[in-house]
Amino acid sequence: MSTPETDQPAIVLDGVSFGFDREPILERIDLVIPRGAFAVIVGPNGGGKTTLLHLILGLYRPDAGTVRVFGDKPGRHPERIGYVPQHGNLAPGFPATVEQVVLMGLPHGRRHGPGFHADERARAQLALERTGIPELAQRPFGALSGGQRQRVLIARALITEPELLLLDEPFSNIDPYGRACIHETLDGLGGTLTRVMVSHDLGITRQAVSQVLAVNRWLVSGDGPAITEEMLGLMYGQHGADCPMGHSALNAHLAPSASSSHPGGEAR
Amino acid sequence: MSLLELLGQGFVQHALIAAVLISIAAGIVGALVVVNRLVFMTGGIAHTAYGGVGTAIYLGLPVLPVTGVFTAGAALLLGALTRRKRERTDTLIGVIWAAGMALGLILVELTPGYQAGLMTYLFGSILTVATVDLWLMAGIDAVIVSLALYYYRDLLSFSFDPVYARTRGIPVTGLYFMLLLLVAETVVMMIQVVGLLLVIALLTLPPYLAQRYTRTLGGMMLLSGAFSLLFCLAGLYASYWFDIGSGPAIIATACAIYLVVVGGERLIGIARR
Repeated sequence: MSTPETDQPAIVLDGVSFGFDREPILERIDLVIPRGAFAVIVGPNGGGKTTLLHLILGLYRPDAGTVRVFGDKPGRHPERIGYVPQHGNLAPGFPATVEQVVLMGLPHGRRHGPGFHADERARAQLALERTGIPELAQRPFGALSGGQRQRVLIARALITEPELLLLDEPFSNIDPYGRACIHETLDGLGGTLTRVMVSHDLGITRQAVSQVLAVNRWLVSGDGPAITEEMLGLMYGQHGADCPMGHSALNAHLAPSASSSHPGGEAR
Repeated sequence: MSLLELLGQGFVQHALIAAVLISIAAGIVGALVVVNRLVFMTGGIAHTAYGGVGTAIYLGLPVLPVTGVFTAGAALLLGALTRRKRERTDTLIGVIWAAGMALGLILVELTPGYQAGLMTYLFGSILTVATVDLWLMAGIDAVIVSLALYYYRDLLSFSFDPVYARTRGIPVTGLYFMLLLLVAETVVMMIQVVGLLLVIALLTLPPYLAQRYTRTLGGMMLLSGAFSLLFCLAGLYASYWFDIGSGPAIIATACAIYLVVVGGERLIGIARR
């Protein structure tokens, strides 16, 4: 490729389709997320939001189309990408300290053996300071509250000082105080960091957000922080006859604009 | 016989060395089995090992090496079948569990004139461990300890969250197969000592106890090794004292200590309220 690496957008998806066992999850997704953007992916549960993140991470390969991260195949540069997975399926009594969990964010490399090195531990401490919880370093991870755990997982994603941060539902199962703390942490990161956050909560759109993407098998992308009627139509429009919302005024209002943009766009 | 005279006996010394050797493997592999929630899988591998024992007896070959190869094959098969959907695999494990066990029983029954020794592999007999088996066990220990030390960081990350570990470039599939092979070889070396029916107890009770008192995976491995050794020694003494089989005695001792510790914690908790 002749384009200089720094001019490449952070993420480019070109005609990407993906499914499990012939069940389509995502179809013909075209998407560009520029560097420094704060993109929020919204959509109903089961609409393919997490799958989209997994494609960007290289955990899945698309059935059709291409995914490029910093102009390269996904999964090539773990140190440039920080990932905060959906919280919840972690073993409760797992024997690890907060510091060790943060150290798991380091990419697989040449270093082996049972211990962590002083320089690595210093980086972990720095990441914990950025998320405001340096005093928790030696606490058992399992003993923390939901909000504290989430901040540990954000610190784990930040240990490599990534250029791209992918967050999957960072506010699920977190009390309002914890949410405020995490919002503060995320807003404070800013700068040149590209952020992509998955959320099923439409209230999440904030000033800092530069791009909203609605995903429900197909994708509708907007330029600003607002959710458009077209997006709502994709996500919640055209309900089946068994759904009470199918007869609501809202649906009747939204359906015409939605049907024009995505072929066969029935909600899943 | 006094304790000192007892320790002077060759077979007792062999039993003590065997107890140390299996505790090293049980501590490391048991901790990994428990934190990765592979207890049922380990049960499957342990019972499939019986197919290996039956094959060796039927063919008239040495039992431990044949069982080692057979069980490794079974572990790889189970790994391949369960790699993608680790949570929804209990049916598959159950089928292979039963099939391996049945194969072993059939082959042993088909072996002309073979009567004795069957119980040895079901319940174990730490008091009849041969010198060559001790060397074999020491070799397996050396492999387990080296791999666990070398891949400690990867194993930690893999056990905590395998999906996230993959995003860090950690070879998760390779580690999963390696772990299952380590389970298989640990099971094989423990067959002789506690018997395959009781392997699971020695791979799970010590880590369950250890997990309550440690903050790190390495600490859990060391502590469960120590608990395992304690169970073996106390069990051996109980076996001598009550004149019962060593395998059941070790497991009964382990269960009793576990219940006392967990029950004691509960009582202290109630008393403090």
